[in-house]
Amino acid sequence: MELTRRELVAAFLGSAVAASGCRRMRPREPVPGAIVDRAVDVGHKLRGGALPRAAEAQTVDVLVVGGGVAGLSAAWRLAAAGVKDVRVLELDSEPGGTSRSGRNEVSAYPWGAHYLPAPLVDSGPVMRLLREMGAVSGVDAQGYPDYAEELLIHEPEERIFYKGDWYEGLYLRAGASPAELAELERFEARMNAFAAARDAKGRKAFAVPTALSSDDAEWTALDKVTMARWMEAEGFRSPRLRWLVDYACRDDYGTTAEGVSAWAGIWYFAARQDGKGERSEGFLSWPEGNGHLVKHLLSSLAPGQVERNVLVHSVEPVEGGCRVDALEAATGRPRAYRARQVVLACPRFVAAHVVAPWREKRPEWLGAFQYGPWVVANLTLSDKPASHGFPLAWDNVFYESRSLGYVVATHQGLRMDERGPTVFTWYLPMAGLDVKAEREKVLSAGYSEWEGLVMADMLAAHQDIAPLTRRLEVMRWGHAMVRPTPGFLWGPARFAAQESLGDSLHFAHSDLGGMALFEEANWFGVKAAEKALKGLGRADPSWL
Amino acid sequence: MNKTLLFFTVLVIATCGLIYELIAGALASYLLGDSITQFSTVIGSYLFAMGIGSWLSRFIERGVPQRFVEIELGVALVGGLCAPMLFLTFALTDIFRVALYGSVLVIGTLVGLEIPLLLRILKDELKFKDLVSQVLTFDYLGALAASISFPLLFVPKLGLVRTSLLFGLLNALVGLWSTWLLAPVLAHPLRLRVKAVALSLFLVVGLVLGDRLTNFSEEHLYADDVVHATSSPYQRIVLTRGKRGFSLYLNGNLQFSSLDEYRYHEALVHPALVRAGKVERVLVLGGGDGLAAREILKYPEVKNVTLVDLDPAMTGLATRYDELAELNAHAMADPRMHVINTDAMEYLREKPETWDVIVVDFPDPNNFSLGKLYTTGFYKLLKRRLGPEGVAVIQSTSPMFARRSFWCIDTTLKAAGFWTQPYHALVPSFGEWGYVLVAHEPAPPRRPMPEGLRFLTEDTHEGLFQFPMDMSPLPAEVNRLNNQVLVHYYEEEWRRWN
Repeated sequence: MELTRRELVAAFLGSAVAASGCRRMRPREPVPGAIVDRAVDVGHKLRGGALPRAAEAQTVDVLVVGGGVAGLSAAWRLAAAGVKDVRVLELDSEPGGTSRSGRNEVSAYPWGAHYLPAPLVDSGPVMRLLREMGAVSGVDAQGYPDYAEELLIHEPEERIFYKGDWYEGLYLRAGASPAELAELERFEARMNAFAAARDAKGRKAFAVPTALSSDDAEWTALDKVTMARWMEAEGFRSPRLRWLVDYACRDDYGTTAEGVSAWAGIWYFAARQDGKGERSEGFLSWPEGNGHLVKHLLSSLAPGQVERNVLVHSVEPVEGGCRVDALEAATGRPRAYRARQVVLACPRFVAAHVVAPWREKRPEWLGAFQYGPWVVANLTLSDKPASHGFPLAWDNVFYESRSLGYVVATHQGLRMDERGPTVFTWYLPMAGLDVKAEREKVLSAGYSEWEGLVMADMLAAHQDIAPLTRRLEVMRWGHAMVRPTPGFLWGPARFAAQESLGDSLHFAHSDLGGMALFEEANWFGVKAAEKALKGLGRADPSWL
Repeated sequence: MNKTLLFFTVLVIATCGLIYELIAGALASYLLGDSITQFSTVIGSYLFAMGIGSWLSRFIERGVPQRFVEIELGVALVGGLCAPMLFLTFALTDIFRVALYGSVLVIGTLVGLEIPLLLRILKDELKFKDLVSQVLTFDYLGALAASISFPLLFVPKLGLVRTSLLFGLLNALVGLWSTWLLAPVLAHPLRLRVKAVALSLFLVVGLVLGDRLTNFSEEHLYADDVVHATSSPYQRIVLTRGKRGFSLYLNGNLQFSSLDEYRYHEALVHPALVRAGKVERVLVLGGGDGLAAREILKYPEVKNVTLVDLDPAMTGLATRYDELAELNAHAMADPRMHVINTDAMEYLREKPETWDVIVVDFPDPNNFSLGKLYTTGFYKLLKRRLGPEGVAVIQSTSPMFARRSFWCIDTTLKAAGFWTQPYHALVPSFGEWGYVLVAHEPAPPRRPMPEGLRFLTEDTHEGLFQFPMDMSPLPAEVNRLNNQVLVHYYEEEWRRWN
C-alpha cells in the first residue's frame, strides 16, 4: 500500500508534524544521503540451520563475545587485572554497539547513546572510568565529584519547540496555567522524595545502576503498574506533565509511559539526584556521544585484541571451559576457540540462539525481554538554521512530534563564534507497544521515506533547513533498547537470566539491568569479568 | 485668493507628506533592520493609503475648504506624533508593526485627501491644464525638497523624533494660515483657528521636550552623522561623527566615543601593565579598534603586542580608516603589533605560548556565546596562558548598572584560581565601568605609568580600587559553562536600567 507523504509522516511522527511539516513543505530537492545500517542479514544467519564448524580450535583464557559497552567493559576490567590472553569478538565492522559514533569533515557525531548523566557519588566502575579519562578532577567539600567543566553540557542545555517558537527547558512553561505549574511542583516534590528515599540498609530506593537499588516491596511494588496508570492514580493528569514524563520514558526506554513500569518511570527522575537539594551536575557529553567512552575502553586493550566482523554462532560449555564457534563475516570461513572463560556480552535474544543448551531448550525467561527499535539520523549542515525564540541548545525537542528532536554535535565546541557547519543527530524511538510491528514499520521504509520523515520533522521547526542540509544518513536499529515493561525489572526472569551457566560461561549486557543505559552495560560487563577472574582462580578486589 | 501662496502651501504639504513617509521607513529600518524590506513595504503601503485618500475625496461633497483645513490639522497631529509614538510603542509594547503600518495608513490616507481637495478648491480659479500642471509641479518639488533635506539636514541635526514634531508643526501652521487664505470660503474660520493654534502649541511643547522623548527611545543611537557603515559577516560596524566627537558602534552598541575613550582605555591597560613582572609580550583579546594597543605601546619595554580579534573588517578599519588610525595613534601599523583574525577562545586553546600581560576586552555577556568567555572554563585556560609574574585584566561591565554581574565575574575569576583586584572608572559615555585585575599571586605596582596620559596619575590610580557603597560586592554564583548564570544576571540587571 502506498502512503502519501503526509500519511507517512502522520504514521511515524504524529498528525501535528504532518499538518505543520507538510504544509510548509514546498517542492524541494531531496537531501543526498543513505541508510547506513549494520548488516542485519549477517546476524540473522543465527536463525537459520547449522553453520560450518572449524576442526582446529584456538585456545584462549577469556573470550568476550560482543564488542558493545558491556563486552568492552568486561575486557577493560580484565586488562586492569592483568589478564593478557583476552579476545573480544565483534560481529560488526566497528565496536561500540549502540554507543557507536561516526565522524566527517565537520564533526564527530553519535549513532546512538550520546550522553552520560554525571554520577552523583564518587564510587563504582563508571566513576573509575571517568577518572581514568581525566573527566573528574577530585571531589568537593560535600563529597560530590568535580567534573571537567568543558565536558558537562554547556548552557543552553535544552529547549522545546511549540507552535512556531522555541522555549527554554523541557517542560513547556509557556502558557501553562497556575494549576498546571502547581501540578509540576507537586510531581517534582514527589520525585525528590523518591530520590531521597533509603531503605533500612541505607540503600537508595532508586539507584544507578539498578542493581544498587533497594529491593524493598515498598518501592518494587511500583514495578507492577505502568507509569501511565500510576500518574493517573496520583492525579498527575495535565497534558504538559504527561508529555514530560512520556518524553522521559521515550528518551531512556524508547516507549511511552504506557509501556514502562512506574518503577522505571520514577527511576528516570529519582535515580540521578540524591533528593538533598538541587545539586545536579547534569550530563557529560562529547561530540561523538558515548562513542568517546567506547574509545577510552578500547584504549585499555592491546591492538588486535578486538576482532571485528566475526559472527559467533555457538557457545557450548565443555569440560574446563567453553567451545566457541564463529564465522568470519566477510569470507564465511569458520573459526573455533577453546576458552577457559567466556563472557557472552550480547542481548538475550541473541544469546538464546548462541548458547548450545538454550538452542535445545528455550530459556523460560526469554519472552520477558522485549527490545524496541529506534531510528537515528545524522544531518550534516553547512550552517545552523534560524530559530524563533530561545537560542539553539544542546538538546532541541519538538513538543508535537513523536521524535525526540535533535542534539547538536558541536555544542561543546569552545569557540566564541558559534556560526558555521555542524551535525544534528535526530532520534526517533519507535514507541508503539507491539515491538515486532514497530520493527517491521522501521524496516519497511527506505531512504527516500526516511529522508521525507526526517526533513518534515525538521522543517516544522526550521523552515530554512533544507538548503543547509548537505547530507543525511539514517541508521535503523531493530533491537535498540530493552524495555522495562511492567513486572520486568523486579520479576524473576531478569534475575534468572543473570545467572552464569556453569563455572565458565558468564553473561553481560545492559538488558540484564533492564534498561539500555551505559551504566547498566558497564556494571554487568565488569561483573561478568570478575566472575571470569574468579573462574581463572584470580583473587582481585571487586570494583562493584 | 492668493494663488502663489496656495501653491506654496502645496509645496509645504507635499514636503511634510514625504517626510512622514521617510520617517516611518527610517524608523522601521532602525528598529527592525533590513532597510530594503522596511522602506519598500512602508512606501508601498503609504502610496496605497494615498490612493485610498484620493478615492475617499469624492465622498466629501460640501464644505471642501473646511474639510481641507481639518485634514491639515489631522495630518499635523498624526504625522507630528508618529515618530515619538512609534518609538514608545517599540519600547513599551509588542505591537510595533501594527502601530507602524496603522499610522502609515492613516497618514497616507489623510495626505491622499489633500491634493484632490485642493484641486477642487482651486478648480474655479484656473484652467484645468494650468491647475493640474502647477499643483503637481509644486507637489513634486516638495517631494524633492523633503527627500534631500531629510537625510542631509533633518536626521543628522534634529533626529527622527524632532523632525517628526517639526513637520507636524509646519502642517499645523499651514492649517492655521489656510484659515486666512481660504477665509472667504470657510464657514467657521475662528473655530478652526483656535484648534490650529492649540495644536501648534502642543507640538511646540513636544519639540521642546523632544530631547527627553529622544532619550526615552533608542533614537539617540545614530543621532550623529554616520560617516562610515559596513556589515561584516560578524557584525554591523558604524562610525559616527557629531558634536560629541567620533563614535564607534557595533551592532548598535556604543564601543567608544572619542571624547572620553581615553578614560576607558587608560583604566583598562595601565593598572595591569604597571603590575606585571615583565611587559615584553602582551596579548589583547578583542579590542579590534586598536585603542587598547595604543596605550600598551606607550611602554618602551613592550616588544610584541598580539591582538586577536575575530573580525578582519574591524581591525582593517582600525588600520586604514584615517580618523580611527589617528585616534589609535597608528598602533596597528606599529612594527611591534601582530594582528590575528581568529576566534579568541580557539586561539588560547591551541597556542600554548604564555604572555606577560593579557588584556581581555570582549563585549558584555549579553548572550550565551559571549557568556562562555566569562566562565571558569575560559578563565582556567587564560590562567594557563599567563606567565609566572603575569597580570591580566578583564573588562567586566558596569558595577553600577550590573552590580551582581560585575561581582559574578570577580567571583568566577577567584573560582578559576586567580588572585583578583576589582576596580572601576567613570567613563561618561558608558557610566561607571568595571574591570578586574588578575594574577597568580598578589601583584603590587612595579613600574611608573608612562608619559602622556590624560586620565590616570599615580595618585588617582589608587582611587580606582575603592568601591562606594552602591557598587560594593554582592554575593554571586560562579559562572560556569554548564550554568551560564552571568547571562541571566546581566539580562535582569540591564533590563532595569533600559
